[in-house]
Amino acid sequence: MLDSLVTGLYGLTAGVTYLFTQGGPNVIMLLIAALLLYLGVKKEVEPLLLVPIGFGCLLVNIPLSDLMDKGGLLRILYDMGISNELFPLLIFVGIGAMIDFGALLEKPKMLLFGAAGQFGIFFTLLVALALGFPALEAVSIAVIGACDGPTSIYVASQYAPQLLGPISVAAYSYMALVPIIQPPIMRALTTPKERMIRMEPIKRTVSTQTRLLFPIVVTLVTGLLAPKGLPLMGTIMLGNFMRECAVVTRLQKASENEIANIVTLFLGLAIGGTMEGHAFLKPQTLMIFAMGFVAICMDTVAGVVFGKIVCWMTKGKVNPLIGAAGISAFPMAARVVQAQGQLYNRKNHLLMHAAGVNTGGQIGSVVAAAVMLSVLKGMGLIT
Amino acid sequence: MDGEKWAFGLTMMVVGMGGTFLTLWVLGLAMDLLKRLFPLVDKAADTPKQS
Repeated sequence: MLDSLVTGLYGLTAGVTYLFTQGGPNVIMLLIAALLLYLGVKKEVEPLLLVPIGFGCLLVNIPLSDLMDKGGLLRILYDMGISNELFPLLIFVGIGAMIDFGALLEKPKMLLFGAAGQFGIFFTLLVALALGFPALEAVSIAVIGACDGPTSIYVASQYAPQLLGPISVAAYSYMALVPIIQPPIMRALTTPKERMIRMEPIKRTVSTQTRLLFPIVVTLVTGLLAPKGLPLMGTIMLGNFMRECAVVTRLQKASENEIANIVTLFLGLAIGGTMEGHAFLKPQTLMIFAMGFVAICMDTVAGVVFGKIVCWMTKGKVNPLIGAAGISAFPMAARVVQAQGQLYNRKNHLLMHAAGVNTGGQIGSVVAAAVMLSVLKGMGLIT
Repeated sequence: MDGEKWAFGLTMMVVGMGGTFLTLWVLGLAMDLLKRLFPLVDKAADTPKQS
């Protein structure tokens, strides 16, 4: 009888005992979970992601929580859609259904800005290698520079699942911080005269057939050149094709609303589940956050420098600020460019140009990841 | 960083960045071609004017 009472009481106090004996990392992570929830709820920083991630982090760090053990809720979600890359791909269908590539189609050469804006990925890869990360971990960290959450999750879940938590949180946090990170770099690299350059308004020249064929052509071209990235590009373009063909409105709406919302919830919770204190709190995590920051800064630097080159080549017809929009954070980066342009010339309307570059950055980030994976396959590092 | 890692990093930098530029340049050409094959038809200009 006494034994039963003692063991029963032990069951009730085990969590508290654990917290005071070996629960230091869990306490820190509970504070981080509170910070993520605060940022999501109070500051509205990527709330759709940070709220479920924060709550998942809270759940998994309650001492003796078995939610990430075999059969636990978070483990089921993780196995259901992260370890097999399903969730990021379903989110891509929704993103494709939401994005209007019209501005990019008006000026297809804007795609090259989307290539320049991926420089941070490759620069960060070198930094990660220099810091001693193994090749596949370095690649997964570098993809934070794509400024694209689903792409980062897709790559990390395959090649560095042990770093999935910090990589995804860094990717989404820096995406939200684009309006703070980019402007000082844009100002430092351009002269006031360059910032005041007014660009010709974009005229509407794209036919319905072109818009309809665009997703098919993009899928074919990228599928042929970088087949390892076909799931990424194929799903984003499936969503866009449903949007442009206009005969499956229900599927399009479901992709961009119900499916994207449900998957975002599951994805966020499962990522939060990977943030268990003892696994998350390592010097590596801080290094990943620092490298993510470097990656996004270098994306902006390369984009603006590319913009300056194009400005010089076109004899001042292109405002170099639009280069900063060549990243995947849509439409934030385009809005930052518009705001910066208007600071120096109230009559300057760069939004449409920047939106074209920004959608080019969306495609560019997926292409960069696809190219990286295909090169890795070519080198025999992945199957 | 040892030589092997440098070689890997620089290969990824050159082939990766080059491949990204090349792929997006080809995509840009394909989009230009699409626009030429299927130009926007100005419906207002096509419609005969009513007297």
